[in-house]
Amino acid sequence: MNPIALTHAGLAGRHRTQKIMWGIFGLASCVNLAALVIICAFLLVKGLPAISWSFLTEMPRDSMTAGGILPCILGTVYLSIGTMLVAFPLGVASAVYLNEYARPGRVLRLIRLGINNLAGVPSVVFGLFGLAFFVTFFGMGVSLLSGILTLAILVLPVIIGTAEEALRTVPQTYREASFGLGATKWQTIRLVVLPAALPGMLTGAILGLSRVAGETAAIMFTAAVFFTPSLPTSLGDSVMALPYHIYVLATAGTEIEKTRPLQYGTALVLIVLVLGMNLTAILYRAHLQKRR
Amino acid sequence: MVLSRKTKDDLIRYAFFLTALSSIVALGLIMLYLFAEGLPIFKVVSVKDFLFGSLWYPTSDPPDFGIFPLIVASLAVTALSSLIAIPLGVMTAIYLAEIASRRVRDFFKPVVELLAALPSVVIGFFGMVVVAPFLQNAFDLATGLNLFNASVMLAFMSVPTICSVSEDAIYAVPRELKEASLALGATHFETIIRVVLPASLSGISTAVMLGMSRAIGETMVVLMVAGGAAIIPTSIFSPVRPMPSSIAAEMAEAAFRGNHYRALFAIGIVLFLFTLAFNLIASHIAEKHKQVGAATL
Repeated sequence: MNPIALTHAGLAGRHRTQKIMWGIFGLASCVNLAALVIICAFLLVKGLPAISWSFLTEMPRDSMTAGGILPCILGTVYLSIGTMLVAFPLGVASAVYLNEYARPGRVLRLIRLGINNLAGVPSVVFGLFGLAFFVTFFGMGVSLLSGILTLAILVLPVIIGTAEEALRTVPQTYREASFGLGATKWQTIRLVVLPAALPGMLTGAILGLSRVAGETAAIMFTAAVFFTPSLPTSLGDSVMALPYHIYVLATAGTEIEKTRPLQYGTALVLIVLVLGMNLTAILYRAHLQKRR
Repeated sequence: MVLSRKTKDDLIRYAFFLTALSSIVALGLIMLYLFAEGLPIFKVVSVKDFLFGSLWYPTSDPPDFGIFPLIVASLAVTALSSLIAIPLGVMTAIYLAEIASRRVRDFFKPVVELLAALPSVVIGFFGMVVVAPFLQNAFDLATGLNLFNASVMLAFMSVPTICSVSEDAIYAVPRELKEASLALGATHFETIIRVVLPASLSGISTAVMLGMSRAIGETMVVLMVAGGAAIIPTSIFSPVRPMPSSIAAEMAEAAFRGNHYRALFAIGIVLFLFTLAFNLIASHIAEKHKQVGAATL
């Protein structure tokens, strides 16, 4: 701090500067709030009229210009749940290794580097990889299974991150008490550490689920199609999905204006699903922190 | 056969180790398959012509595979969105970490998290149906789907990343540094500008790199609102076609393992290398300037 500047400005002036800057910082925070509220409110107002029981439970009709979005909802649900069935065990096991077994050193640094960079890979690149590896090389075709495996890799870093955080909150004394009673490392992890960390890991699972549900670019080449005449019945079927449906209706075809209500309705269903899961995770986490 | 407790424990440890390697294996496979599918394009077009060629007409006869306009578009969109997202994200982080009361913070933190959770396709859709017509009318443009629109939408996708990582960095500034500054008579604001920000600069730089990496790789937003013209932008209202949108828009029509398909994978390689560079710089900064107490300042 330049002392001359100090005397020049005077204490009152400096406090006024501070007040003004506080206002600007507060305003910046409010811009985020405004963005969230405006997007949600807009979709709510525009989308709500489109929502009806039949919109949620019927197949699309008249080459997707009328009818419901049941296959998209089911496709997204199947993709999300399938992905978590693969990614959650893998992610938790990775986190257990990183947090409970690994010692600092080159191997650990390498694994962390891998996870960090995997987290940074653009989702469209995951899509390319899924296309080349699962769809083509393994011959799975554009299918639920290809999509699930692609998305599982995409969401793995999220699961590992939150699971590690959950493991770190388990007090060291728990482990020591267990070792003191003669338990092995694995018994300690299975019977003491994991049960204590499970609620936190579930929060991560919900966040991962919501990330997967909204993901579009990674499923464009691997799982999602414009239209399926029937509901998916096996892992080999290609599916419709909510995010891809929005994209297709909003950009392709000649009936873009006519299908606007359907687009708003689908977008509303998607954000209710995604933000609902996120809110659940946030509230659950707050509940856990209060209990601790 | 009954295993001894020791052997069993070692086996389990080994199994966990193998699972932990899955991320690296996945990353390795991604690189391998990108390169395997993309590199053959360079038999048709040289690396230099591919990266710096200014014509992208992959379906004409003969086709042109110059992705320079796409690279410029990606960089332009990323730079412009950073201009919006960095001040917004860092100021929000300062507000939450230093100024806001506990109750205000408990309200705003989930807001930022929910903003991060909005699916990109929804943000792209919003940009298409609300922001684009607005821009078109307000500035009397040919199309509201352009570089500026895409940058604004992308900014709101990278703000949460920049904000939460910066906030952690600001929190990590040792308390005694702030107290020393306050004790010398600096106001809280002066302390933030002269002490807290310089001390957390490495963390904030990491945040910025991660935010930019997110912006350059983001697909749906640029696919839906950037306008899609593969030309070098001449103003912030030019329609552009960043790399991810080219891949996403054209893959469906590209013949399997044809030159166009290969070229799209090669764009994937370029995009992957860009994000890899951003992430490596980010983790390098985070690693090198790790703040461990006041002594390392």
